[in-house]
Amino acid sequence: MTVPVPTPVARRANLFRRLLRDPVAVGCLVILAVVVLASLFAPLLTSHDPARSVLSDTLAPMSAGHPLGGDGVGRDVLARLLYGGRTSLLGGLIAVLVALLLGVPTGLVSGFYRGGFDATVSWLVSLVMAVPAIIVLLVVMAMVSQNVFVAMVVLGVIFWPAVYRLIRASVTSVREELYVDAARVSGLGDARIMRRHILPVVQAPSIIQAAQIFEVAIGIQAGLAFLGLGSASQASWGAMLNDAFTNIYTKPILLLWPGLAIGLTVVSLGLLGNALRDTVGGRSSPRTSSSRTPAAEPAAAPPPAGDDLLSVVNLRVCYPREGREVAVVDGVSLTVRRGEILGLVGESGSGKTQTAFALLGLMPALATLTADGLAFDGQDLRGLGRAARNSYRGRRIGYVPQEPMSNLDPSFRIGSQLVEPIRQHLKLSAREARERALGLLDRVGIADPARVFAAYPHQISGGMAQRVLIAGAVSCDPDLLIADEPTTALDVTVQAEVLDLMRSLQRERQMGMILVTHDLGVVADLCDRVAVMQTGQIIETAPAAQLFADPQHSYTRMLLDSTLEGAKPRSAVVAVPAPLEGIS
Amino acid sequence: MVMFLLRRVLAGLVLVLVVATLTFALLNLTGTDAARNILGENATPEQAAAEAVTLGLNRPLPVRYWDWLSHAVRGDLGTSWFKGEAVTSSLVNTMPITLSLALAGLLLSALLSVGLGTAAAVRGGRLDRAVQFLAVLSSAAPSFLVGLLLAVTIAVKLRWLPATGYVPFTDSAGGWLRSITLPAIALAIAATGGTTQQVRGSLIDVLGSDYIRLLRSRGISERRVVFKHALRNAAPAGLTVLSLQFIGLIGGAVIIEKIFGLPGVGSLANFSAVQGDQPVVLGVVVVTASIVVLVNLLIDIAYGWLNPKVRAK
Repeated sequence: MTVPVPTPVARRANLFRRLLRDPVAVGCLVILAVVVLASLFAPLLTSHDPARSVLSDTLAPMSAGHPLGGDGVGRDVLARLLYGGRTSLLGGLIAVLVALLLGVPTGLVSGFYRGGFDATVSWLVSLVMAVPAIIVLLVVMAMVSQNVFVAMVVLGVIFWPAVYRLIRASVTSVREELYVDAARVSGLGDARIMRRHILPVVQAPSIIQAAQIFEVAIGIQAGLAFLGLGSASQASWGAMLNDAFTNIYTKPILLLWPGLAIGLTVVSLGLLGNALRDTVGGRSSPRTSSSRTPAAEPAAAPPPAGDDLLSVVNLRVCYPREGREVAVVDGVSLTVRRGEILGLVGESGSGKTQTAFALLGLMPALATLTADGLAFDGQDLRGLGRAARNSYRGRRIGYVPQEPMSNLDPSFRIGSQLVEPIRQHLKLSAREARERALGLLDRVGIADPARVFAAYPHQISGGMAQRVLIAGAVSCDPDLLIADEPTTALDVTVQAEVLDLMRSLQRERQMGMILVTHDLGVVADLCDRVAVMQTGQIIETAPAAQLFADPQHSYTRMLLDSTLEGAKPRSAVVAVPAPLEGIS
Repeated sequence: MVMFLLRRVLAGLVLVLVVATLTFALLNLTGTDAARNILGENATPEQAAAEAVTLGLNRPLPVRYWDWLSHAVRGDLGTSWFKGEAVTSSLVNTMPITLSLALAGLLLSALLSVGLGTAAAVRGGRLDRAVQFLAVLSSAAPSFLVGLLLAVTIAVKLRWLPATGYVPFTDSAGGWLRSITLPAIALAIAATGGTTQQVRGSLIDVLGSDYIRLLRSRGISERRVVFKHALRNAAPAGLTVLSLQFIGLIGGAVIIEKIFGLPGVGSLANFSAVQGDQPVVLGVVVVTASIVVLVNLLIDIAYGWLNPKVRAK
């Protein structure tokens, strides 16, 4: 049995190379390299002893002998800066190593095996997190050991929870993956599974976190020395700040050098960690925004005539992909008349949902939309501002989504979600809007409207949620309803009821309707006309009966063959008397 | 919900007890001669022994521990070895300073991070990149470095605000505000980066969700979509980070207090730790741990209140 294995070695090499392409990351690496080299070769760069006080050099100005002058007790500032770097870097390294040595194994075992070990360690972790680090370190340095490196070991222990949590979370998520199960089924031992499947996954986040811990450790260490803790003979940036702080009124420039050293080091580490994260995960950027209005192109086609409710001419939706613009909707033209149901059919990825979103102005910010004509009831929808667009969305065009549960805001009661658009569009009082919403819930066949009105989305079933969404779509008496696979996510028994509901609402209110679906049974049942989509284009439009009787395009024939053969015609299901018919 | 809270309170109490016990052990097993510490180098062994008896240090460790603990649960944390002042009253005098500092910093950082995170998530583009860069800078820079910078520029050079000293709120509200403005800003800047990133990230996730698209399809104004629905759903994640930041703020306050000469818990902790004033150190550790436990509990309650699924149970 072959198991797909991520190739960690190649990925790591790649990671570094990609990192070098980021100018910020390169700058950070250069600064860090300078800091490391300067500390390492401190004896070559200065002949002064960082701990030796010369009374006459107290607060000495910059000179050839003391390039950065002398500090408050007559020590050479440059020497202290160079040797202080050693303390900071070594201290940070100790904290990182201790945190990783404790965190990685415990996190791996906890996440992989769970159980008692997990519970115990998780409790210990919450214990460590309950006390502010700096207070623990104060106690340790004042009462146990003056040595700053002992404090850094303790700091490593304090950072253990962070590493532990990260590793445990990564392992827990990978553990559920299929390939880990497959590896186990195929008889790989736990140790090998961990080495081959789990370690590669936790590598990148651990490196990023190590950079973070290093950064915070240097800051905390400097803070401790600034408080006056630690041995006086050991040069450190924090101790330099302490000395400079006592001379803040006489010679404030002394603050500059250690401040700059700490600042540059930690900021470089921070930016480097960020660049690493971007390189590993890809920069996350805002995905959707409706702030962009569809680009208006000069109308080539004359305004639509007569009773066309919606008329679309040569609609294109493009997304940038690998530097090119790729059209997902490629020159779609269609019309919907008042009271007519147009089926928009095609397999997934054919662009039908994108077409529906484009009509509602719901495109992601990345998408560009162009059309030679896009008119609703004689009004040009292209280039509308936000406010103008919001005056027809929800008011004159209703929308029913595919997934009922994910389309209700989980934080608000169903009633408030129904009332909000009603109040906004119809300018009703809170009470009138509530009455209207309750009436709508009753109309869509909900047995106890008051209870559902007061419920949160997680308290109702998927079928009920779809009825709620349909009620919301028709709440302001729209002229056009756009339904995007309204029954795909529902149980088969509920599907028929929901379709019947939609048809009865459509007839009762004489709405035009675009029904996006891949189910030709649904089309045969409900639609007056059908438009077949393939790869972003409409390849055939015909009255429903004609399309089924005499499909013109080979793709349409293929769709018909694959759907209807062997499948029960949907009309058989709908023939069952619908419970909702006649309630209004 | 009530059972859940009771369990959390109980777990918190156990946690504080364990922290206290460990600190007690750490302070007593390190072999420093506390009595000699207090009397100084010149004390005779007889004097040191007599001092140890006065402090009760000659008794066995478990007895001393039980003595401390049985008083502590009744709110008596003992007496300072050096100043002779009750530890509880020292804490009552210093805690409001540190807490007001940390809370002011938290409030400021919450406002900043929600504002910046929302702007970055909604606007995107160049503004987003700028905010992200600033966020990394702010979370990298230690708060005391920022504090030093503010002290040097705004207090020492420009003299706009006092460099040191604390004015109690009860003495003068304006003076109090002036005395904590700079330290609170220093703390807030360090805490803002991480929270901004979190607010931005969760808001981007929420804005990409189906229910936000549905709200837009209903013609709900973009302002309501962002400020009523999206922020409300992103709030729990932001709250979690904020609680972690608060613990960091209390730690940061220890150093900030030194820079701005504020007589808070940090100064008390620093001073008593260096002196080896065991009862005070123990008191500070126990009280800060209790505050952290309390804050986590409050966050849990807020979290449940924000999440209808938890609230319903």
